Amino acid sequence: MTVTLTPVLSATWGSDKSWSLDTYTEAGGYAPLKKALGMAPGDLVQAVKDSGLRGRGGAGFPTGMKWGFLPPDDGGPRYLVVNADESEPGTCKDIPTMMSAPHALIEGVIITSFAIGCNHAFIYLRGEVVHVYRRLLQAVREAYEAGHLGKNIHGSGFDLDVTVHAGAGAYICGEETALLDSLEGRRGQPRLKPPFPAVAGLYARPTVVNNVESVASVPAIVDKGVEWFTAMGTERSKGMGLFSLSGHVTRPGQYEAPLGITLRELLELAGGIREGHELKFWTPGGSSTPIFTQDHLDTPLDYESVGAAGSMLGTRALQLFDETTCVVRAVTRWTEFYKHESCGKCTPCREGTYWLTQILKRIEAGRGTQADIQQLLDTCDSIAGRSFCALGDGATSSIISSVTLFREEYEAHVEQGGCPFDHAASALFEYSDTPATEEAHA
Amino acid sequence: MTYDETTLVSLTEDAAAIIARYPVKRSALLPMLHLVQSVDGFVSPDGIQFCAEQLELTAAEVSAVATFYTQYKRRPNGEYQVGVCTNTLCAVMGGDRIWDELSEHVGVGHDETTEDGKVTLERLECNAACDYAPVMMVNWEFFDNQTPESAKQVVDDLRAGKDVAPSRGPAKVCSFKQVSRVLAGFEDGRADEDQGAGTATLAGLEAAKGQGWTEGAK
Ligand SMILES: Cc1cc2nc3c(=O)[nH]c(=O)nc-3n(C[C@H](O)[C@H](O)[C@H](O)COP(=O)(O)O)c2cc1C
Ligand code: SF4
Ligand code: FES
Repeated sequence: MTVTLTPVLSATWGSDKSWSLDTYTEAGGYAPLKKALGMAPGDLVQAVKDSGLRGRGGAGFPTGMKWGFLPPDDGGPRYLVVNADESEPGTCKDIPTMMSAPHALIEGVIITSFAIGCNHAFIYLRGEVVHVYRRLLQAVREAYEAGHLGKNIHGSGFDLDVTVHAGAGAYICGEETALLDSLEGRRGQPRLKPPFPAVAGLYARPTVVNNVESVASVPAIVDKGVEWFTAMGTERSKGMGLFSLSGHVTRPGQYEAPLGITLRELLELAGGIREGHELKFWTPGGSSTPIFTQDHLDTPLDYESVGAAGSMLGTRALQLFDETTCVVRAVTRWTEFYKHESCGKCTPCREGTYWLTQILKRIEAGRGTQADIQQLLDTCDSIAGRSFCALGDGATSSIISSVTLFREEYEAHVEQGGCPFDHAASALFEYSDTPATEEAHA
Repeated sequence: MTYDETTLVSLTEDAAAIIARYPVKRSALLPMLHLVQSVDGFVSPDGIQFCAEQLELTAAEVSAVATFYTQYKRRPNGEYQVGVCTNTLCAVMGGDRIWDELSEHVGVGHDETTEDGKVTLERLECNAACDYAPVMMVNWEFFDNQTPESAKQVVDDLRAGKDVAPSRGPAKVCSFKQVSRVLAGFEDGRADEDQGAGTATLAGLEAAKGQGWTEGAK
């Protein structure tokens, strides 16, 4: 039997003017806020701990535990910073969430801030999505006008201001400490940890950094209760999550399902791999997670099972590639991305991603040698675990896993002196594989 | 600085509004650089000087930040920033071909602007719309499920001065300067404009309905 989908965050996305305060309120929105304001902040933290909610931004750290790490109140400010930088290749869940239901995030921000004792929260949105920014700015204004934000919210004595801040194009700003530097008006480069943001974050004050989806899940937990949430998912991966299917799939998109659903089940709902083709490789959690193959169709997509199978659940960004796709081409392109986005702070990543790109481009173009393949793995060795932040590790994931799973394809590029694949066969539209320039001049 | 009186007055007012959003002044720098682009169409030397004075930083400090981020342009930008996603997923689904044909068609390469000043082309990294691959962005609005033909048509229309609507977003694409002002955090009254949530965004909901899920029974 197919697992039942569980639209919660996505439930209202199809409604008329789904982004407006009216639509959100009619569907029951902001009732959880009133309930939360009647609870003790400590009880809210405990409820989120009990729910087992884990961070939806990639690392899967328990959300309630993160909140609990804040030091006791010393009278000074403490901050909530929402990570809305969504830039990990393949990841495309937070953008539709904020575009279609920004109030789910705003309500989550208010409840979370109340729970952790924050009076000024920030939403750090990547800058390259201007309509999402419009919707968030409007939602915040509407929330102020309705008395959900500002001073003495609904007579609770609790004050909260929210600032929505647009970044300016840099993947590394999704890393939480780089994000904080960027929010402080600096170049976005990661900070040394410890101290962790919980102790010294934004403006060196105690700070919680949480992903959009983590925060937006909080109102539903408050509303429907811990048991409702824990009834979904697997033993240590509770609740629902957005699974983003992209690539060679019949109906790509956002599928909100209990954690632990499998790709086979998701594909059944999404109409399968595109007609006449079969799955070759896929990422379970974005380009920083080791790739999977058909062998992993039945791996439960929860933190433990994906980890045990050698990858990571990451952001549940399932990029699917069929048999027409050249794995060397795919990996080369991802590696160029990491080279481009390396912030340059540490040598292994800065130099290593440069060399990886050189070697991969050589192999892809058919100018590589068998020794280059080993050189790739050796270079990965000098980056993984030796870099200042997780970007460096992520850069090596698709390389190491693809050489392990598809070594013969790397060798074929070397032996044949070029790519054995017809790139046109992978595209979603028809064209003949002559360079555009030749065609134009013909 | 060579800003005329009126420009300087309105820039200073806007800067004050931005600075007021943050407990610490320096946090205003990124939105202020967007603001400068909304006036000058790029991060101009005047703009750098202006930010530095407002935030009590040196011009070198401001420059060092501006050059770190790809959205800040060092040269006057076209009226429309046209980006084709060529990260792996989009590239494989056809983004590479779209890029090749579009670049050939327009006659400029990455980070170059057409002579009429209308269009600056750019190869983009993943723009968080992979379920709509291959993706193109014009002034940071979504153009989903592109083909070489559709992409060329969009650019031709933009250069001909026609209004162009994105696949998801407002009724029409605004100019680079107008959009930069939004990115500085100033509303432009277009939030309620809509082209629909998009098929991929709603794909899971449709599938859930197929399983008998109804919106009332959340
Ligand atoms: C290179 C890099 C990029 C990241 N990008 C994002 C991102 O865009 N959004 C996000 O929520 N987390 C991102 N993260 C993870 C954050 O550092 C952090 O773990 C997360 O925001 C915590 O929120 P959560 O506990 O709610 O998941 C990134 C991490 C790294 C190393
Ligand atoms: S690993 Fe890369 S991105 Fe991270 S700090 Fe080092 S150079 Fe910067
Ligand atoms: S790869 Fe193009 S939008 Fe994600």
